[in-house]
Amino acid sequence: MQALQERSSPKSIQLTKSGRLKHFLTISGLSKELLTEILDTADSLIEVGERNIKKVPLLRGKTVVNLFFEASTRTRSTFELAAKRLSADVLNLNINTSATSKGESLSDTLKNLEAMASDMFVVRHAQSGAAHFIAESVTPGVSIVNAGDGWHAHPTQAMLDMLTIRQNKGKFEGLCVAIIGDILHSRVARSQIRALNTLGVEEVRVIAPNTLLPKYVESLGVTVFNSMEEGLKDLDVIIMLRLQRERMQGALLPSESEYYNLYGLTTARLKIAKPDAIVMHPGPINRGVEIESEVADGDQSVILDQVTNGIAIRMAVMSMAMGGQMEEQQLRQKAQGEYKASEGRI
Amino acid sequence: MTIRIINGKRLRTDFTWQDSQSIDIRDGRIASLDAEAHDAGKVIDAQGCLILPGLIDLNVSLREPGYTSKGSVLSETKAAVAGGVTQLCCSPQTSPVNDSRAVTKLIKELASSAGYCDVFPLGALTRGLKGEQLSEYAALKSAQCIALSNAYNPIKNLAITKRCFDYAQTHGMSVFVNPIEASLHKGAMHEGHVSTTIGLQGIPAVAETIAVSQLIQLACASGVHLHLSQLSAKGSVEQLRIAKQSGAKVTADVAIQNLLYTDDMTEAFSSIYHCLPPLREDSDRQALIAGIIDGTIDAITSAHQPHEAEAKQMPFAETDPGMSTIEFLLPMAQILSQRNELDLALFIKAMTQGAASVLNFPSMPLEEGSVASLVIYDANKECQVTNEMIISKGKNTPLLGKYIVGQVKATISKGRLVFEG
Repeated sequence: MQALQERSSPKSIQLTKSGRLKHFLTISGLSKELLTEILDTADSLIEVGERNIKKVPLLRGKTVVNLFFEASTRTRSTFELAAKRLSADVLNLNINTSATSKGESLSDTLKNLEAMASDMFVVRHAQSGAAHFIAESVTPGVSIVNAGDGWHAHPTQAMLDMLTIRQNKGKFEGLCVAIIGDILHSRVARSQIRALNTLGVEEVRVIAPNTLLPKYVESLGVTVFNSMEEGLKDLDVIIMLRLQRERMQGALLPSESEYYNLYGLTTARLKIAKPDAIVMHPGPINRGVEIESEVADGDQSVILDQVTNGIAIRMAVMSMAMGGQMEEQQLRQKAQGEYKASEGRI
Repeated sequence: MTIRIINGKRLRTDFTWQDSQSIDIRDGRIASLDAEAHDAGKVIDAQGCLILPGLIDLNVSLREPGYTSKGSVLSETKAAVAGGVTQLCCSPQTSPVNDSRAVTKLIKELASSAGYCDVFPLGALTRGLKGEQLSEYAALKSAQCIALSNAYNPIKNLAITKRCFDYAQTHGMSVFVNPIEASLHKGAMHEGHVSTTIGLQGIPAVAETIAVSQLIQLACASGVHLHLSQLSAKGSVEQLRIAKQSGAKVTADVAIQNLLYTDDMTEAFSSIYHCLPPLREDSDRQALIAGIIDGTIDAITSAHQPHEAEAKQMPFAETDPGMSTIEFLLPMAQILSQRNELDLALFIKAMTQGAASVLNFPSMPLEEGSVASLVIYDANKECQVTNEMIISKGKNTPLLGKYIVGQVKATISKGRLVFEG
């Protein structure tokens, strides 16, 4: 028996019938070809940021709502810049300080925003699955871009990291990549692991103590290391994750200093990796907690490239998803037209 | 009023099926089996149907008083008989909580004026179900609470649990406890591959198995009859099996959804499968079925949790847990028998004889002289589940929109025809 009421699988909900992107919720279910298309589109849009007039008309006349249920500065501003460079009208809403604190449900908030004829919601929410829920709740034609949901996914962050890797390494085949730090609570890590495996790297490693690893983490397609000295060997790409200070409270870690002693990326440790290894970090960085200042600012660091690439990736995803929605809209209008025409005959 | 059921197959006391010519029901009892035809007030033709004793459901949320947007005694007992349930125990998780004579009496009165099935309220094991203070067991018993339960709420510490057990034993009452170790019980789904993949916090199986171990030891120390509600983990079944072998006075049940589904169903954040205890892995599900087959687990329940639509329309972890199941118990059991996992007769045994033994009720087989509570079930009828056909206020069933096999044709409770499909 087929489940009718079950939530649609990630693949079917994100893509149009012809396989184009219409929502961007998770890397899961997307093909290597589609991820490559996102990277290629972003590559072509990087040049816009270097122009005198930093605008293209891809989203002209469209309304993009940045719907942030969780605080964010960096992600929200890059989404805002991306939308503006695509010529969209942008509305920024920080919901944790407005509607829901007055008791309005998420569904009602969405209905109100839809009534303002929005075309795209960029959503950040503390609950895993929130972007899926919203994509299923909104009327057809509105595109959802996930800007981070709970511990589940942060797909634009993962894609900007992939773009940075491709710029520096030229390819994914044969690369050995490690993600270091709090994997358990990290939506970034989950999306990165998916993207790296889909794009065909040789090996994805995670390096962390067991308290910061989810159970059965191997099932994500990674090799687990508890020791930096072991895990850093032969690496091409080092991705550091931010360590939240509150992790000390729940008995997940004893202290920042012990963590830094064991898992901090220092100049000495960096030498264990390949000499041309690049160092990445989704930011904001904690100097002296997970990464040494000299490493963060050093030659091998590509942390600021990631920020620049973030705008291009978000422009790419937004324009592609809007294109997919417009294709579906045309199909719906055509179907309606045919329906009306057939009514006319009767 | 007399009722005569002709044709069909009826369930024998050894849980095999035999052809039935007729069952005559008079004065609330089965007057005769396969007797000569006579003038009956009502004749039901059970051709092609199964005839079984009415089901006993140990765990139902009727939602009244307090949560009437989710369900009422009237709506949910009507749904119960439509599912073949003629006797049920209802959860004390109401508002106000059923920790007083007044609430117990209110529920009993609402149930008797609804007139669909027998309702046996479970009284709150602790005041307000807060897990801190004893509620008035003697008063609850005199108001006819069948047993005590803390529903799905943790008890603050083991000292309080021990005193609850000792005080319940003083009054000769059974305790129904959902095994939960609160400090490990954080999350909205099973901790496993799926929770790791989709980034939801998982409830590990040890949050249940540790509690099972502690509860069994405390129950043995106090001598109380402990009934473990809604087992979900393989390790729980294993411990229970050993405890029973050593003669512990402990029984247990499992909810139908934990026999049918696994955590795979939540992969795309489908909130309809958000249940507590969570749907776990297939090895857990298989162990629960094996527990039913070998009698380690005594009973199957619906763990019926009706919800209004809005309660499920939020991001997964924020939705209310639980499924509306009571109307589809037999079709759900048939899915298990189609998979060759659990014979339908064994399912019925767990929901009649098994549940009766937990409540210390005599079992009511289809024999002359027995109380006439029985169900006529068409095990071949196919239909699509629609919103309109669901009687319960809770439409939160994963069967919605799907085709199911099996439909209750009629339910008779103590000689009265209470449902006819």
